[in-house]
Amino acid sequence: MRDAPAVDRIRAGQMAEPSTAGRFGGFGGRFVPESLVPACQEVERAFREAWADPRFRGQLDRLLAGYAGRPTALTPAWRLSGDLGITLLLKREDLAHTGSHKINNVLGQALLARRMGKTRLIAETGAGQHGVATATAAALLGMRATVFMGQRDIERQALNVFRMEMLGAEVVPVTSGSRTLKDSCNEAMRHWVGAVEDSYYCIGSVMGPHPYPWMVREFQRVIGDEARTQCATELPAAVPDYVVACVGGGSNAAGTFAGFVDTSARLIGVEAAGGAAMTDGAVGVLHGFRSRVLQDDQGQIAEAHSVAAGLDYPGIGPEHAHLGELGRATYVTVGDDEVVAAVHRLARSEGILCALESAHAVAWVIRAAESGELPPGATVLLTLSGRGDKDMSALMELA
Amino acid sequence: MTLETHLRAVREGGRTALVPYVTGGITESWTDLLAAYEAAGADAIEIGLPFSDPMLDGVTIQEASDRSLARGTTVESILSDLAGISVGIPLIAMTYANLALRDGFCARLRAAGVVALVVPDVPLDEVSDLERSAAAAGVELVLLAAPSTPPAKLPEIATRSRGFLYAISRMGTTGEAGELAESATVLADAIRNATDLPVLVGFGVSTPAHAVHAARHADGVVVASTLMRALLDGATPSEVGARVAAMRTALDTMAP
Ligand SMILES: Cc1ncc(COP(=O)(O)O)c(C=O)c1O
Repeated sequence: MRDAPAVDRIRAGQMAEPSTAGRFGGFGGRFVPESLVPACQEVERAFREAWADPRFRGQLDRLLAGYAGRPTALTPAWRLSGDLGITLLLKREDLAHTGSHKINNVLGQALLARRMGKTRLIAETGAGQHGVATATAAALLGMRATVFMGQRDIERQALNVFRMEMLGAEVVPVTSGSRTLKDSCNEAMRHWVGAVEDSYYCIGSVMGPHPYPWMVREFQRVIGDEARTQCATELPAAVPDYVVACVGGGSNAAGTFAGFVDTSARLIGVEAAGGAAMTDGAVGVLHGFRSRVLQDDQGQIAEAHSVAAGLDYPGIGPEHAHLGELGRATYVTVGDDEVVAAVHRLARSEGILCALESAHAVAWVIRAAESGELPPGATVLLTLSGRGDKDMSALMELA
Repeated sequence: MTLETHLRAVREGGRTALVPYVTGGITESWTDLLAAYEAAGADAIEIGLPFSDPMLDGVTIQEASDRSLARGTTVESILSDLAGISVGIPLIAMTYANLALRDGFCARLRAAGVVALVVPDVPLDEVSDLERSAAAAGVELVLLAAPSTPPAKLPEIATRSRGFLYAISRMGTTGEAGELAESATVLADAIRNATDLPVLVGFGVSTPAHAVHAARHADGVVVASTLMRALLDGATPSEVGARVAAMRTALDTMAP
């Protein structure tokens, strides 16, 4: 008890605004060429103004409700809960328009871009969900969109490529490096240097140079804020014992954690075993920010390998590195086999086909409940970040 | 003698500084290029320490970096290659933050005879840590300015830059260009208004004519992609050296 005030103080200060240099503890920052510094500053200024402007907030709230379908449901997973001896609540981002949480962030950034007078959105994408969300927002707001996507991901996620093109976006294949998400980030960044006048770089996760990690978390905190309110009516204790989300760059997790960081809930981020920057990474600088990054002993960035294209990222958002260092959040990993099994189990027990990315969170809950790491009767909020339609051909190949 | 003193002396001698680039480890015999550049009349040489994710490089330097890394090149291997040779002009390393911010990096450069360092993804606002370790190791940390840099920021960049100030010619990545961007000369003029530190223009300086054009507004040029393109396409070190020699001749014979 003696420590309680100190703990409260730490909690209250967590997931607040980063320092003026964009630091979360020792992580974050703005490691971009001098050429891009003014563009990042312009985004930061515009975001600060917009976020403090009730008219902007009202516009965004109306789009989130009337267009994206928020609030998303909180669904008790009855049968799986019974099997596992816990109470599992699913925050249903798979029900949001375009099929994942990515739309929350993109609607915010696209409105911001339009307010800044930009006419074109640039985006990177891995699984294609952020690309689809960006193409969608561009269509809605009458803007152009160019999406950079690794050649390997284009092959793995053909459905989403076609969706983006249907929505009028230009999809640019990236053939450099590992031809996945990290390379599409490089390419989007390179392209932005030459297009800052009319183009806005719409980053898809809590990564990139300041203010992106902070801004994207703020646009995603709607997940956690809604879930907090929903848990208060659903759970006798109002707050779950555990809050669990999958982590690629970490945006659905950051948005979810933001709603619970000041509570007693344990925060768990689940990374792909083949792309676990928190577990296997070392401190480094990639894509404009300092964080934990998978790299070899020479400092060359390593390739991530996951069955889920959206988690094939060698870094993690800087705020997660900070929360992990503080011990406020814990980061764990699951392997591809458990993930595929979790997709099947959730589908059969609840009638919900989730994305391979989201299934990482499900897989950890199953494993932890079965091993006793999650005590019997524990209450768990799990953010189901997206739906599985895009993964059907990959799952068919594995079947 | 520091790089800055050297480049000031070049300027006072009425000469334009010519700084060709090579991706370290790109071929087995890459250090032959250093000798070829020196013989061609280079005033300093920029050596790229290849990084897997070069954010500010276009396709040519990306390809050069990939080829070098695929050969198993490391910072260590490049620096030990340098230990075996002697070059009579200053060597400048160019690499990215993830390599440059590793413990002991600047000291290792200095021990291998590299006197200066350019790190394009560490802008002024993030430079403090690197500035300290470079200064402690006796490495001159060269800062960059871009066409988008507000003129009001140039004096501070100039004050904190060591060696020279690197003027990024255009809003884009490295890469060969048909013409030298208009923004190159505008930026070089603005920098010269702000400082008397030597100003070198880089990015897209691809021909002797580009070099001459830049030299009317700056103290020198950095030439990279056009040389690496030739090398990747099969040119020998002496053929690549001949391109540098052609630029030297054009710069030395340009009308004042
Ligand atoms: C459904 C889904 N979940 C999660 C992610 C991972 O992103 P983040 O960690 O930013 O939430 C993605 C990325 O593509 C995704 O499509």
